[in-house]
Amino acid sequence: MNSTTSNNPTSGDSATFPQAPHVLHARTRVTPWRVVHPDEPLGSDRTDALNSETAESTAGPIRASDSSRDLIIASGLTKAYRRHKTAVPVLKGVDFAAERGKITAIIGQSGSGKSTLLHLLGTLDRPDSGEIIFDGARIDSLPTRQQDRFRNRQLGMIFQFYHLLPELTLLENVLTPAMISYGALQYWRNGREIRERAKHLIELVGLSHRMKHRPRELSGGEMQRTAIARALVTNPSLLLADEPTGNLDHETGASILQLLRQLNEEHGLTIVMVTHDESIAGQCDALVRLKGGKVERLETQYWDPLPSSI
Amino acid sequence: MYKFLLCMRYLRTRWIALASIVSVTLGVATLIVVNSVMEGFSTQMQERMHGILSDVVLETRSTMGIAQPGWYEERIRARLGDSVSGVTTVVTLPAMLTFQHNGNSHTSQINLIGIDQNTYASVSDFSKYLLHPENKERLDFVLKQSGYDPTRKHLQPSGWEYRQPLARYRKSSVDRLLEEAKTEEKRYQELQEKIQEQQEDGGNDTAINSLMAGPGIKIAGSTEPIKVFDAETEQRTGIVLGIGLGSLRRRDAEGRVDDYFFLRPGDDVQVTFPNAGTPPRGIDESFTVVDFYESKMSEYDSTFAFVPIEKLQHSRGMLDPRTGVGSVTSIQIKLKPGTDLNAARDALRDEFPPTHEFVEVRTWKDTQGPLLAAVQLETTILNILLFMIIAVAGFGILATFFMIVVEKTRDIGVLKSLGATGSGIATIFLGYGVLLGTVGAGIGLVCGLIFVWKINDIAKVIEWITGREVFDPTVYYFETIPTIIHPFMLVWVSIGAVLIAVLASVLPSIRAARMHPVEALRYE
Repeated sequence: MNSTTSNNPTSGDSATFPQAPHVLHARTRVTPWRVVHPDEPLGSDRTDALNSETAESTAGPIRASDSSRDLIIASGLTKAYRRHKTAVPVLKGVDFAAERGKITAIIGQSGSGKSTLLHLLGTLDRPDSGEIIFDGARIDSLPTRQQDRFRNRQLGMIFQFYHLLPELTLLENVLTPAMISYGALQYWRNGREIRERAKHLIELVGLSHRMKHRPRELSGGEMQRTAIARALVTNPSLLLADEPTGNLDHETGASILQLLRQLNEEHGLTIVMVTHDESIAGQCDALVRLKGGKVERLETQYWDPLPSSI
Repeated sequence: MYKFLLCMRYLRTRWIALASIVSVTLGVATLIVVNSVMEGFSTQMQERMHGILSDVVLETRSTMGIAQPGWYEERIRARLGDSVSGVTTVVTLPAMLTFQHNGNSHTSQINLIGIDQNTYASVSDFSKYLLHPENKERLDFVLKQSGYDPTRKHLQPSGWEYRQPLARYRKSSVDRLLEEAKTEEKRYQELQEKIQEQQEDGGNDTAINSLMAGPGIKIAGSTEPIKVFDAETEQRTGIVLGIGLGSLRRRDAEGRVDDYFFLRPGDDVQVTFPNAGTPPRGIDESFTVVDFYESKMSEYDSTFAFVPIEKLQHSRGMLDPRTGVGSVTSIQIKLKPGTDLNAARDALRDEFPPTHEFVEVRTWKDTQGPLLAAVQLETTILNILLFMIIAVAGFGILATFFMIVVEKTRDIGVLKSLGATGSGIATIFLGYGVLLGTVGAGIGLVCGLIFVWKINDIAKVIEWITGREVFDPTVYYFETIPTIIHPFMLVWVSIGAVLIAVLASVLPSIRAARMHPVEALRYE
């Protein structure tokens, strides 16, 4: 029990982290999976959810959201795509919350709406109904320009296919969000500082020797590391990852995950990750299962300060 | 910042951009070349037209002409004030030129212009077009010894150098004829004497006698000296002919362009012109060609002939018997540079209303109005057509840009996910258009200028390749293709090209800006 508490991510004990190659796997489960059914009534407490592990009859959100605890909260999200006059519903009322400083995974089959949810969270798309609150402020109804600003300043995004700009070098790719953020004059003025930060991040992801290379000269893992550095250059508080290891082999994927975990622990970065890989999901702090556009259940494995539950 | 960076990178990494640049380049270069050449042509033409015409002409159609030119001149100077830089009086007449060549007489119709050689140079550039360097300085209607434009080998010899041997030869052939006539007479006298001797001998052959005596055939052989015009040492009144009146432009066996002179300075010609009577009668006078002028305006070069005004006034009877003041048919006025021609013309029209004095006031542009207007129209239409070519290039850019936007769909999605605004993304593609336009126009500008600079060499190369003459000097009277580059035109063409490139990139940019980030990210 002693070892498990020390491994708890909230304690910020990262000393043991870098040593293990598969960090997330190495962690032992602190608590049994807390299974919460989506039909649980709104306002039902975390304790209730924990206690009623087999509750099946209640409707409503998975757990009570709390903007002091959760960085991003979505409630009642619906989204449908129109195809030839017929609306195809993708999300049918999803409630979601990602706790600050935690890694939350969204897992589900193809077509379960997990990517759509991520896009909605990232304000790349607007929900048909429902609301998204980031750090206490609503973001889904903001004007486009403010959403752009929000994405630029508060959010980092990484993708399965990395999505680096092929014309730019690694360093330039990492600098892009900063360039978007600042006007030309401002960028020129703060250029050195920004560059220092970008170089520091590249060093952090271990690609200092690749600074001047173009994306096509990099391996998949290196590209994803670049994408991570790019996502972090504006110092965001939330990182959205869309199947970050989906296109990588097991080992490279694990190192990416390790990097994410490291960032999470050292910098308190909140991460929301979409994946369809159970083993990866299992290493996250919280897990949201989507099925058919609805939250099937929510599982957490972080240490919960409720003595009764242990 | 990222916008600029991406613009540059897209420009450097896209071959298709090169196609757009080339199309803009070609359009700009073509416009510059065509405009420069057209401008060169029309300027040269205007210069030539204007060359021997003064700025404003006051003209009468009366056969007697304007009787008091001095009074008119005073009124003109009073009316126009300081803007007048020169005034001269002129007599112009329709006339006929006759000359002998290879034993035949040839005639051609000319405009005979009597000029005051002291003041005529002050109103037109006439003397600049003369062949003899001394006449260029000051025309005096005196035949020179030699030195008529030594660069024209077919004009040599000319002047006294040409006239004297010719006159000597003619005189010698006349002498020979006279000699023959004398021998003939001598023989006749001997024959007569012989016949007389026979008669005295006794024969009464009256038939032969009467035949030989006849009415008395007597070949004239007067030996008494008459005052004869000696072509070897004297000249008639000088006349300056347009070069087209005395030469033919043709090609020699090797295809070189050459002038063949059938008249030279030193030849005598006859000019027939009307006198000032009513109805006018033709008078003819002999003149000696003292020089040619070449304004390179074929209309002038093949019709105008200049003689001293006093000679015409005297021959036509235009001199006032009491005062000795000669009448003139027109007064030519040169204005200071920068004076408004039309304003001056209107002022003079006001000063000499047609109801009072029957004089016509025209500027040189009025005289050549239709031709100038035609050239202007041609230039305008050519410009419109060529701008359409650039517009075609613009549509090429439009298509290219749509392709690039489609190709870059995912990158647009990525940029949006990184927080780039729609206008920011539109700026990338607009900037790309500006960049393409600027680079294309810049290269086009340089290419066009080099082309214009080396146009004659290029014409030669094209001639060499195609075997066809691009620029026929026998047609244009130009040795080289004339070009004039207006900086203003360069600026306009460049701005126009960039503008078209930008306009063509507007639609694709809007499309890029409106792209939905999620769909863009999903785009394969």
